[in-house]
Amino acid sequence: MPFMSTVGDYQTVATLETFGFLPPFSQDEIYDQIAYIIAQGWSPLVEHVHPSRSMATYWSFWKLPFFGEKDLGVIVSELEACHRAYPDHHVRLVGYDAYTQSQGSCFVVFEAR
Amino acid sequence: MSKKFDAGVKEYRDTYWTPDYVPLDTDLLACFKVTGQDGVPREEVAAAVAAESSTGTWSAVWSELLTDLDFYKGRCYRIEDVPGDKESFYAFVAYPLDLFEEGSVTNVLTSLVGNVFGFKALRHLRLEDIRFPMAFIKTCPGPPNGICVERDRMNKYGRPLLGCTIKPKLGLSGKNYGRVVYECLRGGLDFTKDDENINSQPFQRWQNRFEFVAEAVESAQQETGEKKGHYLNCTAATPEEMYERAEFAKELGQPIIMHDYITGGFTANTGLSKWCRKNGMLLHIHRAMHAVIDRHPKHGIHFRVLAKCLRLSGGDQLHTGTVVGKLEGDRQTTLGFIDQLRESFIPEDRSRGNFFDQDWGSMPGVFAVASGGIHVWHMPALVAIFGDDSVLQFGGGTHGHPWGSAAGAAANRVALEACVKARNAGREIEKESRDILMEAAKHSPELAIALETWKEIKFEFDTVDKLDVN
Repeated sequence: MPFMSTVGDYQTVATLETFGFLPPFSQDEIYDQIAYIIAQGWSPLVEHVHPSRSMATYWSFWKLPFFGEKDLGVIVSELEACHRAYPDHHVRLVGYDAYTQSQGSCFVVFEAR
Repeated sequence: MSKKFDAGVKEYRDTYWTPDYVPLDTDLLACFKVTGQDGVPREEVAAAVAAESSTGTWSAVWSELLTDLDFYKGRCYRIEDVPGDKESFYAFVAYPLDLFEEGSVTNVLTSLVGNVFGFKALRHLRLEDIRFPMAFIKTCPGPPNGICVERDRMNKYGRPLLGCTIKPKLGLSGKNYGRVVYECLRGGLDFTKDDENINSQPFQRWQNRFEFVAEAVESAQQETGEKKGHYLNCTAATPEEMYERAEFAKELGQPIIMHDYITGGFTANTGLSKWCRKNGMLLHIHRAMHAVIDRHPKHGIHFRVLAKCLRLSGGDQLHTGTVVGKLEGDRQTTLGFIDQLRESFIPEDRSRGNFFDQDWGSMPGVFAVASGGIHVWHMPALVAIFGDDSVLQFGGGTHGHPWGSAAGAAANRVALEACVKARNAGREIEKESRDILMEAAKHSPELAIALETWKEIKFEFDTVDKLDVN
């Protein structure tokens, strides 16, 4: 077999940082990640942006960070509400860690349609 | 009361062995592992270490009566057995704060690991740990940015960062070198790294490398939509050249530079780190020559001391070994010193090799960098050992992929994200490593091939330097 027939062509993909190289998460998989954020004591936060601005530091808040929110159902419904309101925006979920002033978790849940 | 000058040679222990001394919060404390010459009492050897690393001279001198030497002397205040070792013992020494210049790690090391290491009454001497007092720490610049700032600048959250050293490490032209950088970054890595041996050689002068690398970083960033960086090695023969390279990296809009802090020296490192804070540049730190100093269990300086010194001198990322790869380092010891890099308070814990409580106060943390002989199969263990505040660097494990560096990078990125996802979902990633990687490979031909390529490669040798435990 000629050597080159065993070599694949790797095509560059545009991705949205963490978890960008995994297939889209199922509903259950998203729940697992939300449960992790809650269990760490981080504040959930939903942000959205038009794809043309996806590399910007600041995406728009959806409402305000959900300080102290521990109800998984509430977070899911806010994520979906944000997605309904901005169907052509990327929507990401952040687990905000006030102790480190950083994001313990951050991944895009809905990509823009 | 004034003392009389009494010329001649006195026993060190008369002055420097003070078992009743209670160390002050402002004292700098050190733990040495001491192996004396046969027949010399422990107290005498330990006192000699305290004396020779502080105010002592072999013979009494008249001029020491011009000052209050008791105020300035280092004191050995405790001696302990080394578990499982009859010939050596631990000596704990307290040094008054005023022995050291503010903000100078160089000065601390010149005293503590200076002449005393060649002292004839000793067969071996190893500096195991230093407790830096808060009063000293607050005078040191520390990391130019720290973990939080680096994450914000690079937009990387909720996972370890992923990097890779460009190979072959020597002999590529600037343009070819930039090509390899581009391939790795477009494949999904966050960072690439100059090999430490790359400075400014005839085959590739630094300016040429910096320009091609900057274009590679920029292209990869535009095509992937993610933030990228390359550690541009600014280590040079003179500080002037080092700063010239750093300035040019900044001019090119690059986010991060690199320095070799032991071969380059602490003074150069501290200077460059201050420059980085002032100029908004991240600083990656390599540790070439460390194993010469830290690997022998009875002589030299333990790496936890070198790691603490780096945090004080300044750096945003420091190499720590991998535990699982081709280079020396056991798990508990490594966990002990990566705590020293990243946490704000680390309690004494002999099972991790930490001899003192260490309070870092407000000093920012340093990313732990795991690099050297690691590949995708190690990913679950690396994520478990190092956690999110780390940079995992696969050199051969990226470029060695049968499809090339971009596919190798993608394989590592998929494996990393699969491990983080599984960990967050509550799975035991080390125990279930095989399942997690094989599941992820179903969606990634690049990972499937990487798993096949490196399936048999292990580096299972005994660690030379082990923790002293029974």
